[in-house]
Amino acid sequence: MLALLVAQNIAFYIIAALMVFGAIRVVTCKNLMHAALWLVLVLAGVAAQYILLAAEFVAITQVLVYLGAIIVLFLFGIMLTRTKTGTDDNLDNSAGARRMAALIGVLLAGVMGYSLWDGFGKREFGDLLVQRTAQVSDSIFSTYLLPFEVISILLLAALIGAIVLARRD
Amino acid sequence: MIPMLASFAPPYWLSTVIKVLVVGAVVPTTALILGVVFLFKIMSWMQSRLGPQEAGPRGLLQLLADGVKFIQKEDIAPNGADLWVFKAAPLVVLSSTLLLYVALPASAHLVVENLDVGVFYVLAISSLSVIGVLMAGWASANKYSLMGALRAAGQLIAYELPMVLAVMGVVIQAGTLSLNGIVFAQNGGAIFGWTGIGNPYILTQFIGFFIFIAAVQAELTQPPFDMPVAESEIVSGYQVEYTGFRFLIFFLAEFATAFVFAGIAAVMFLGGWAVPWLSANSDWYYVLGPAVLFAKVMLVSFIIFWVRFTYPRLREDQLQSFAWKFLIPLALVNIVATAILKVVF
Repeated sequence: MLALLVAQNIAFYIIAALMVFGAIRVVTCKNLMHAALWLVLVLAGVAAQYILLAAEFVAITQVLVYLGAIIVLFLFGIMLTRTKTGTDDNLDNSAGARRMAALIGVLLAGVMGYSLWDGFGKREFGDLLVQRTAQVSDSIFSTYLLPFEVISILLLAALIGAIVLARRD
Repeated sequence: MIPMLASFAPPYWLSTVIKVLVVGAVVPTTALILGVVFLFKIMSWMQSRLGPQEAGPRGLLQLLADGVKFIQKEDIAPNGADLWVFKAAPLVVLSSTLLLYVALPASAHLVVENLDVGVFYVLAISSLSVIGVLMAGWASANKYSLMGALRAAGQLIAYELPMVLAVMGVVIQAGTLSLNGIVFAQNGGAIFGWTGIGNPYILTQFIGFFIFIAAVQAELTQPPFDMPVAESEIVSGYQVEYTGFRFLIFFLAEFATAFVFAGIAAVMFLGGWAVPWLSANSDWYYVLGPAVLFAKVMLVSFIIFWVRFTYPRLREDQLQSFAWKFLIPLALVNIVATAILKVVF
């Protein structure tokens, strides 16, 4: 078990370093298409981290939704609107917006770090079990049924709203 | 021999090496088999011509000769191309294909990774090849490539949905997302108490099978869904600037993906690696399983390529409305009907 945890930790740090590097490239890249492709690395890293946490259902959902749909939509949008290869110099936001983004970033990291620390503290994760998909679906359709249905209605409303906005007639 | 295979339990590193080697060998081999059998022989037969005759006995080595030719060619990239992305794109497409083979079971134990959520994994991974296609189309700096990639993305997004929905019927009926679990459910099933041929889901899920095959055809961008590569109007779309071994990689990925999707269809609808008269727990499947699966894969591939060689290309708007206005509603009706019948019986 210990050996596995060591391997897990090493893998975690390698993937985390790759993700941080990718995330920095996403915002510093001068080429919009390259930025989107660096984002692929970050999102794939998230999926890999989920697998390390033995949450394969969440990992595969991450791949299906973020890599298979959202990134494709990004690339599609970029290709439809700007088709030239090469760099673009006016991609940066104003200094004010950058300061705001840095502030929000630090704030989010603080809140999330604190809640993790507060919630788990010194709990050991040595006995982490593979999370069966059946368990996930069982808890969604029993304990969390109401939130699940509320989200479904919300998404349905968003879907209909998008169609209404996009229709020309 | 059989008990020896059954008790073979190598250490982790060795089994990993074996798995990598097997997948690395199986992907080009399957692409070669489908290419020779269907693209050369069956297509020629359907079009009343002989096909390649010179290389090897009855021209069987033609594709191998073509492969050698591709590898010898100079690696050319257009001047305006975004070099890194241009060179990485075929590899992204190929890696999506390699990852698909991970989940395909050739018997209860002959599977690279017996995933608990095999079906879901396959659907998620198959959507990754679009990223490679978009990369290829954009990085080529060619308007035909760009048009092809845009069409490919639109098509793959549209046909992803019916594919997921078509699979749902099988999953509801089998009660599991595991590909091996689906094989066991069909092998041990019964048709109103008659266990003669198990319960292959093609009998109850024939609508799902039809939708799945149509969606696979579209994901492979094969005729009649080949608007993204339509050679007569956008000269092979996103592949137009590729030559040599990079083109070969696209070709390999397309045919290997056709094979693995035919395999997934065989597992979900035709009983996979099992035959009805032999219990799925039998050790015989260590040698029998791959052969049975291969036979079923060739059967499904025949359907896929039959359609490919005989139907004309759909127009772009027909292609989109076929997915959104016909396949998706049909798949939804199929899911509702399957769920109701599952509760009733």
